[in-house]
Amino acid sequence: MNSRIGYIAFNTFREAVRDRVLYNLIAFALLLSGAAILVGEISIDIERLVVVNLGLTAVSLFGVVIAIFIGIGLVSKEIDKRTLYTVLSRPVRRWEFVVGKFFGLTGTLVVNTLFMALGVFLALLYVAHRFEKIDAWVLVALYFIVLQFLIVCALALFFSSFSTPLMSAVFTFALFVIGSLAEDLRGFARITQGVGGWLAMAIAYLVPNFSALNVINQVAHGDAVPGRLILYNSVYALLYSAMAISGAVLIFQRRNLK
Amino acid sequence: MAAIEILDLEKNYLVGFWRKRPKLALRPLRLTIEEGEVFGFLGPNGAGKTTTLKLLMGLVFPTGGTARILGKEMDDPRVKSEIGFLPEQPYFYDHLSARELLNYYGQLSGVPAKERSARVEQMLARVGLSESAGVQLRKFSKGMLQRVGLAQAILHDPKLVFLDEPMSGLDPMGRREVRDLIQQLRHEGKTVFFSTHILSDAEALCDRVGIIHQGELRGVGAVAELTSGTQGKIEIIFCAQRVPVGLTALGAESRISGDMVNAVLLEEQQDAALEVLRRERLKLISLMPVRSSLEEYYIQKLRPTEGQKEEGENEADRKGVGA
Repeated sequence: MNSRIGYIAFNTFREAVRDRVLYNLIAFALLLSGAAILVGEISIDIERLVVVNLGLTAVSLFGVVIAIFIGIGLVSKEIDKRTLYTVLSRPVRRWEFVVGKFFGLTGTLVVNTLFMALGVFLALLYVAHRFEKIDAWVLVALYFIVLQFLIVCALALFFSSFSTPLMSAVFTFALFVIGSLAEDLRGFARITQGVGGWLAMAIAYLVPNFSALNVINQVAHGDAVPGRLILYNSVYALLYSAMAISGAVLIFQRRNLK
Repeated sequence: MAAIEILDLEKNYLVGFWRKRPKLALRPLRLTIEEGEVFGFLGPNGAGKTTTLKLLMGLVFPTGGTARILGKEMDDPRVKSEIGFLPEQPYFYDHLSARELLNYYGQLSGVPAKERSARVEQMLARVGLSESAGVQLRKFSKGMLQRVGLAQAILHDPKLVFLDEPMSGLDPMGRREVRDLIQQLRHEGKTVFFSTHILSDAEALCDRVGIIHQGELRGVGAVAELTSGTQGKIEIIFCAQRVPVGLTALGAESRISGDMVNAVLLEEQQDAALEVLRRERLKLISLMPVRSSLEEYYIQKLRPTEGQKEEGENEADRKGVGA
């Protein structure tokens, strides 16, 4: 990695940590430990299913909210506060700044996810008293959640490169919701005729397919995740993020910083 | 070699709901600043000073024209490692300490890791922030932030330093320190391009000044020349409680303060005026030629040109007809 991108990424990570972004972990830990104790009390035989479902869904939602709310401010905050002026008056190219910011935020989310994953496994241990072989699939589900974060970060950056923070948050969250229903949208497109069908198909393939990246229910039931899906999802998330970041760079390269 | 060659640099912004109405920010600007020069870019608020600096820094893109900085095109990335920039009312990353911020900027500027720490400490000492180096910037006062801003601008030992309103928001002591720093940069052979609307700072520091108003460069001149000329007038100060009639008859503009009179009159009336004082037996305190000041040059350049006056009148006529 270009060293300037690394410095910008590290600074972004440091900013997020010092802005107490990781404090959400406390809320997460409280939620999960409370849920684990409650589930331990009331569930019979399905403790594992409930804890995995609840834990991974919470990881996903907490992460997406953080990704959106930091992502939309990454560039606009630097323009508003004019911190960007002293960065771009150095030998830093605009694309390096955008990419560095992206890596900084994804780094923050990965660290965040690691802590939350630890919480999920501890809750699992509390209710099930031991780990089983099938628990390894929870790691795959967590990996897919991180891939979701990559795409959300990239989209938040893309929208914030030309829009206000509020509109960027709305657009990104809307895409996250639509993308989570992408499989349903594709199914709808297949059974719809004419222009409506074409339109639904176009939207279904244009929005990020978050539903393919969601295997929470599957792993909660202890089902295996095919290796091919891991490969496809990895390539898909990387390509989609790269496209969104490229779009952000293209817009930001031409932007006047007033 | 010229440090900065601005070749018809121009900027229009598109404003309005549909962004179709052009708003002029900078008329084609042609200006050359030599190496080692301290150049003051003067003008009232909103004159186009910051726009010019932003264009040179690549923060906004020109509508027309170009510039060469240290012999390279202004969009050449290599230029950036040889220049330093202090924006107006700088704001930095709140969560970093002054030391961490300078270290970060040192990394981005390509200061080698071996030298970086020493350079950062040296800069902190130079701007008087060694004792607050570990404090987060959100706890800094405006003056302290300005000092950090200056430190980051010169951290990587640039050949050319751009300072946008470097004295803004500083107390008299802070202004004095910034002045001293600019003087030091001059002695180190750096080129300094700074914008200000405080004329006394420009007069004290600059080799040359440029006056910009309403996006148009109105004049450029060497400070020494602008302030060396006399205006063909003399100022006489003498002890008296009233202005002698003879002096008023010579056309003197007089002001009484306490037991002293300060009279300004044409140089050719000097002998006649002294004769009046002798006749009235008044004690002469001083007699000096009235020197031109940068302020007069500035005000003269800010006055609307004939063309603009006509334009303004035509505009008023059109409005009158419309009404």
